[in-house]
Amino acid sequence: MTGMTKMTQSDRQHHQYDAIVIGGGHNGLVNAGYLAKAGLRTLVLERRPFVGGAAITEELMPGFYFTTFSYALSLLRPEIIHELDLVSHGFLPLMMPSSFHPTGDGDYLLLGDDHAQNVQEIRRHSPHDADAYDRYHHDLDQVVQAVQPLFDNAPPNVFGKDPEDQADVAWLLNHLGGVERKVMHDVVRLLTGSAADWLEDYFKHEAVKGFHASSSIIGSKVGPMSPGSGLVLLFHKMGQHDGHLGSWAFHKGGNGGFTQVLARAAEAFGAEIRVSSPVSCVLTRDGQAVGVALEDGTEFRAPIVVSALDARHTFLELLDPRTLPADLVENVERLRYRGVSAKVNFALDGLPVFPALPDTVDHYGGFLNIGPTIEYVERAFDAAKYGWYSERPYIDAAIQSVVDPDMAPPGKHVMSCFVQYAPYDLRGSDWDTERERFGDTTQAVLESHFPGFGDLVLHREVVTPVDIERLTGLTEGNIFAGEFLAPQMYFFRPAPGWSQYRTPLDGYYQCGSGTHPGGCVIGSPARLASQRILKDQSHA
Amino acid sequence: MIRTTPFHPRLRELNTQGLYTHWQGFLSPLRYTSAPKHEYFAVRNAVGVFDTSQLFKYRITGPDAERLLAGALVRDVRRCRPGRAQYTVWCDDRGFVMEDGVVFRHSENDFLLTAARPNLGWFADLAGSLRVHLEDVSDEYGILAVQGPRSRAALSSLTPEVRSLGFFDHAQAKLASAPVTVSRTGYTGDLGFEITVESEHALAVLDAVLEVGAPHGMRPFGEEALMMLRIEAGLPLIDVEWHNSRTAFTDADRVTPKELGLGWMLPKSSLQQDDRAFIGGQAIRRELTEGTSRWAAVGIVVDWADWDRLHRDAGLLPAKSEHPLPYESMLYRANEDGNQLGYVTSFMYSPVLQRHIGLARVRPDMAAAGTEMRVEVAIAHRNTTVKARTAKLPLFNPSRKTAAE
Repeated sequence: MTGMTKMTQSDRQHHQYDAIVIGGGHNGLVNAGYLAKAGLRTLVLERRPFVGGAAITEELMPGFYFTTFSYALSLLRPEIIHELDLVSHGFLPLMMPSSFHPTGDGDYLLLGDDHAQNVQEIRRHSPHDADAYDRYHHDLDQVVQAVQPLFDNAPPNVFGKDPEDQADVAWLLNHLGGVERKVMHDVVRLLTGSAADWLEDYFKHEAVKGFHASSSIIGSKVGPMSPGSGLVLLFHKMGQHDGHLGSWAFHKGGNGGFTQVLARAAEAFGAEIRVSSPVSCVLTRDGQAVGVALEDGTEFRAPIVVSALDARHTFLELLDPRTLPADLVENVERLRYRGVSAKVNFALDGLPVFPALPDTVDHYGGFLNIGPTIEYVERAFDAAKYGWYSERPYIDAAIQSVVDPDMAPPGKHVMSCFVQYAPYDLRGSDWDTERERFGDTTQAVLESHFPGFGDLVLHREVVTPVDIERLTGLTEGNIFAGEFLAPQMYFFRPAPGWSQYRTPLDGYYQCGSGTHPGGCVIGSPARLASQRILKDQSHA
Repeated sequence: MIRTTPFHPRLRELNTQGLYTHWQGFLSPLRYTSAPKHEYFAVRNAVGVFDTSQLFKYRITGPDAERLLAGALVRDVRRCRPGRAQYTVWCDDRGFVMEDGVVFRHSENDFLLTAARPNLGWFADLAGSLRVHLEDVSDEYGILAVQGPRSRAALSSLTPEVRSLGFFDHAQAKLASAPVTVSRTGYTGDLGFEITVESEHALAVLDAVLEVGAPHGMRPFGEEALMMLRIEAGLPLIDVEWHNSRTAFTDADRVTPKELGLGWMLPKSSLQQDDRAFIGGQAIRRELTEGTSRWAAVGIVVDWADWDRLHRDAGLLPAKSEHPLPYESMLYRANEDGNQLGYVTSFMYSPVLQRHIGLARVRPDMAAAGTEMRVEVAIAHRNTTVKARTAKLPLFNPSRKTAAE
């Protein structure tokens, strides 16, 4: 390839690069890191005054650091940590030592890092479920192992006819052929069925089921009884922290701390980052991407342009849809986003008190799962079906300052609450009207589990799906840049025939969470996209 | 009968696990919670406290105290001013390491030496007719290590002295109305302090420290967390990295200070000006001058991709355990000609470095940082080797460890 020389003053003045990445969220930064590492003069253009996208940390009160949107790490592929040398730029995932699940009757499930003690904790509630817990995790781990190669490679192009596509399909069939019969059946049951059905096979106790069902609805307009919730559950199990499947960590300084690490790594490889630079369109010439134009008219030139935005922005807004194949446009228009998640973040004057555990902080080391039973969560979902938010919402809370005291002044705390269901489209009202009432609803649920909670609140931030869309650009506030529905996954993410990070426009690529295997803070779409780009370059 | 330390009555209440090991005849907690890795992170990201009272403590006083120690310890204690401390070792007459400890100089003629094993007899025999008084004060003091990036902020409200202490400085202070020695010392490779307090005041001091520490995320940590911390920090441990040469049976079980990575204890200038006779000194100086060391101490960092591949090929998820392996692993030449290059004495997955790491001993000609070799590991009931590279010690060395406030 040409142009792999050092940037000259004249190149800068003429805004000439080898590659331009649109969007400085975590995938954009990862993609830029890989391209810069390969020697490409790479520019990242971010609309907002800071990078991070949906993974930012903001000091909303002096000394209190809020993870405005995403708030924990697990799905991040470990290869990226090493390949981009993130540790030397400050990568530091802090262990979350516990999971806490109030059972709604004043009791709780408290799980930690010791398997046998966890089994005893389950047994305290249900002797039957104690050994089921072992089998459950073993079976799920086997499913993860079976699916992992699909997760960590670009989906084969099943519609392609060239030898490379056929070799990819043969690889996939060969891999699937090697999966045990029971494991394969479990894979299909999870990918198509409901989390409730899957969990019924193992557990009897309502709270034990409720605890395990919570990851089946995150970010998705499904209830734990809906078909499809199994897929969401499995997706969240695909992550790991230090080799422990399904484990989560708090990055030092929140997920904004993590994206700052990515920015430093990308810059260390030579990438340039420009903030406050909203891109209005991709510039094309003869069916080839040649650069981008900012909203203020400034143009940047590069033979490679990569969009880290979701499919709707990538195809319908940055390009003229009339230049695209009709079936692609139809598929992108049909994509389901339907955000249902909100954040309610708190600055607290002290730790909340759970009456059954008055004298310890050990239950605040990780997620506080407020959704006692499957039925509780399913009923919370009911409202969303009819265009309203839950009166008793599901909450995934985390008091990050317990694990990372630098997130709040000594003795004070920040609490991140991920809240469902909060549908993007409200029937008969809008989020500007309902924002604070929704915050009150969330706070009332917390008050019912932690009496006196309200007295601790120093500051409250309510982030609705409309806010998520407005601030991050994620369509309809969908945190995964496209729902986790079977017809929107793998070969079909974001659209049939376009799952390999290319677009119909030569030189224009996609690397955001709307491509396989996004979303979550995962980095993998960007990594796989960079492999695609560099491979195309070597053939060019 | 197993003994307990002066801090034990309170620390026992904080221990939810009841898991202890025996350290020199004392109970020592392995962990306080179900997650020793969380205790480890308290030290790497907040602040932790560790009861290290089990150490032997010897008070050495009198006009010839300096003379005795200068002739027994490898580091030149004459260069240790009052208010300073030194990490040091002592050797046999062939220059093989016996033990290690920290010597605190309180005044011209007043020293306190800590040791992992009983040593009074050894030093008393050396004292001969010197005007020196040796006293075993092990049971009279508790030592509380307060370690981690928040340690200074947490302690400064109790003992403002910590703010001005440099690395290996110590000062007399009052803490919870008790006289204490507070020192900028520790065994974690992080910013940290140790508080030496008379046993009768130990609980009051501990309570005060826990109270000021709570808003900073302070938690007690046990030996499992300590092992992770000290391996990352490149700090050797007796009976793991080496054995006391006086009780070893072969030279293969003996190491010199240089071979243990402590060659810096005798700076080059002291080799030319041989003005201090100390036990093992002639042998050590000869080794350093002639370059006859059999081993070099290095860190090793495992190649993550090779580690993952070996596990995946065996049908396993790549294991990442921060618990050190309980045995030594051999190191082989990268081309697998079977030549052994050395061995790994401590091996673990480092959460802050996100790599498997080890403390190792390799042939001096293979010690250059970045040298590729292979580490023996057992995967799926079969011995195999994984790619690794040597690296300079310590593998984790944050600037806050030695930085001023």
